[in-house]
Amino acid sequence: MAENVKKMKPIWFFVGLVLLVMGGVILASGLYDLIARVESKTVLARLHPNIWWGGLMVLAGAIFVLTNKNARVE
Amino acid sequence: MQAIGLQFVDWVIILFYFAFIIGMGFYLKKYTKSEEDFFLAGRRNSAWVAGLAFLSANLGALELLGMTGNTYKYGMYVAHFYWIGAIPAMLFLGIFMMPFYYSSRIKSVPGYLKLRFDEKTRVLNGFTFAIMTLLVSGINLYAMALVLHTFVGWNWDVSIWASAVTVAAYVTLSGLMSAIFTEIIQFFLIWFGLFLVSVLGIVEIGSLGEIMRRVPEAFSKLWSTSGDPTQNGMMITWGGIVMGLGFVLSFGYWTTDFLVVQRAFSAKNLRSARFTPIIASFFKMAVPFIVIVAGLIALVLAQDPKSGFALMSDGGKLNYDSALPMLIARYFPRGLVGLGITALLAGFMAGQAGNISAFNTVWTYDIYQSVINKKASPKHLLWMGRMATIVGIVLSVATAYWAKSMPTIMDYMQAIFSWVNAPLFATMLLGMFVKWITPAGAFWGLIAGMGSSITMYLAVKFAWIPMSAVTLSKVASDMAANFWRAWWAWLICFVVTIGVSLFTRKKPEAELVGLVKGLTAEKVGEAVPWYKTPVFYAALSLIIFVLLNIYFW
Repeated sequence: MAENVKKMKPIWFFVGLVLLVMGGVILASGLYDLIARVESKTVLARLHPNIWWGGLMVLAGAIFVLTNKNARVE
Repeated sequence: MQAIGLQFVDWVIILFYFAFIIGMGFYLKKYTKSEEDFFLAGRRNSAWVAGLAFLSANLGALELLGMTGNTYKYGMYVAHFYWIGAIPAMLFLGIFMMPFYYSSRIKSVPGYLKLRFDEKTRVLNGFTFAIMTLLVSGINLYAMALVLHTFVGWNWDVSIWASAVTVAAYVTLSGLMSAIFTEIIQFFLIWFGLFLVSVLGIVEIGSLGEIMRRVPEAFSKLWSTSGDPTQNGMMITWGGIVMGLGFVLSFGYWTTDFLVVQRAFSAKNLRSARFTPIIASFFKMAVPFIVIVAGLIALVLAQDPKSGFALMSDGGKLNYDSALPMLIARYFPRGLVGLGITALLAGFMAGQAGNISAFNTVWTYDIYQSVINKKASPKHLLWMGRMATIVGIVLSVATAYWAKSMPTIMDYMQAIFSWVNAPLFATMLLGMFVKWITPAGAFWGLIAGMGSSITMYLAVKFAWIPMSAVTLSKVASDMAANFWRAWWAWLICFVVTIGVSLFTRKKPEAELVGLVKGLTAEKVGEAVPWYKTPVFYAALSLIIFVLLNIYFW
């Protein structure tokens, strides 16, 4: 009976996927703005928060995805 | 009045989120075969999954916006909602109440009332909970549409229907499991999407200490100004905070509201179920580092004319709820704006999905199976759960439109919580810990508690009695009145339940085994080292809670 139970990917894999994709889009947008010298009117824009925060999200997402890519739960 | 402009990259992030959660619903449907899968996520979640969902079910965007705005208005006192107004109750649930809830294998909180007392108490609670849940769900929808309309300029009707259809799709497909999945994703999106506001605010102002130095003393203290209600922004004494918020409202919500407790029921075993609220308590204590810090940053910036920061105003009146969106507009460049808006959207939709998944369970088991169709098969109940989801969403949309036409609806909503949850906590407390409490005592105690709370609310509202008769002080805010009314409703329910129980027929002890302390085998201590027990982590949480209160005294 037990082998008939379908096993799914754990939630942590999907959390990683969301962070990876969203972080990737934010990081890419920040890098484009930096390279193309797009001026932002936001306060503290000189710190380029979209680059380091997007990068942090990519890193966190990658850790979740890699550590759970082969995991299965009932 | 568009405050935040969205660019292409922001839309990519928002649309990705919508597509992702609908995709999750289809993915999880493959694993949703039985009624237990649909209503209790198959009872197979780990303590971490159940714990984060337990917290996230409560962490709606309405709360994030409202509490940031309230901090701007009241200062640090708002942290009481996260600390004394949550932590002791969550730990009490995990340590003392969960063994009775989980071991009785019930599917809902009204289900416990049926086993412990009788059918009529269950149906009474089932109906009041279902109505309250639909109202809250509708208010969530209304608030979301209002926020998106005000801050992002989206069309009101499109916002309501887009989110309602999305939630209906993924909850109908896989029930509680998809609600829990989206709640956990929401948890991470809120931290990644909104914590950066606090980080950038601290960088701009200089340090957290500098923020505290720049706000008025009454706004930076938790307890030292609570001896005199005229000395704090909330106009309340420590007695109202401790008894009204810390005891009755907090315990009433965190230990009996099925919306949050249902997440613990989805845990794979009793130990995981006990850990559920304990794990959640650590993260609950951290939420003020988003909402309170952001609210104080907004206050400091607004006091400094050179900052160029101001809240929105509606007809000359400050819109406190605009504090968080205005900070997002101030600090977030494109891309991050999309993330911030997605975090708020995720909060709204997860809050609504939580309400709907709790509603479909209570409707199906505690009203439909209990009153309408007692012989329903498990397959039919699964179908009914899916139908209840769709009908619940439609009713929520109707409630949202009704809320739109009622400008003071939020005022009524706060009152409804004190009508339903506060007396129910007295019933639960007595039911679980006193074996001679009778079914008639519980039923009439609940009626008296809810009735008195509604009567007090109306009496103050229509000036039949002064507010000071409820709050016991000449100066009090509406918030203070809510705390005190909850306390009296609890006390009346408590006294009437005991009084009626003294003169009515008790249930045989054999029927109460596993439901009441003293008649239940103490099997909660598994063979694990002391540092892996729920009690150890609850003690750790309690120590952090005490230290935070001392630090911000």
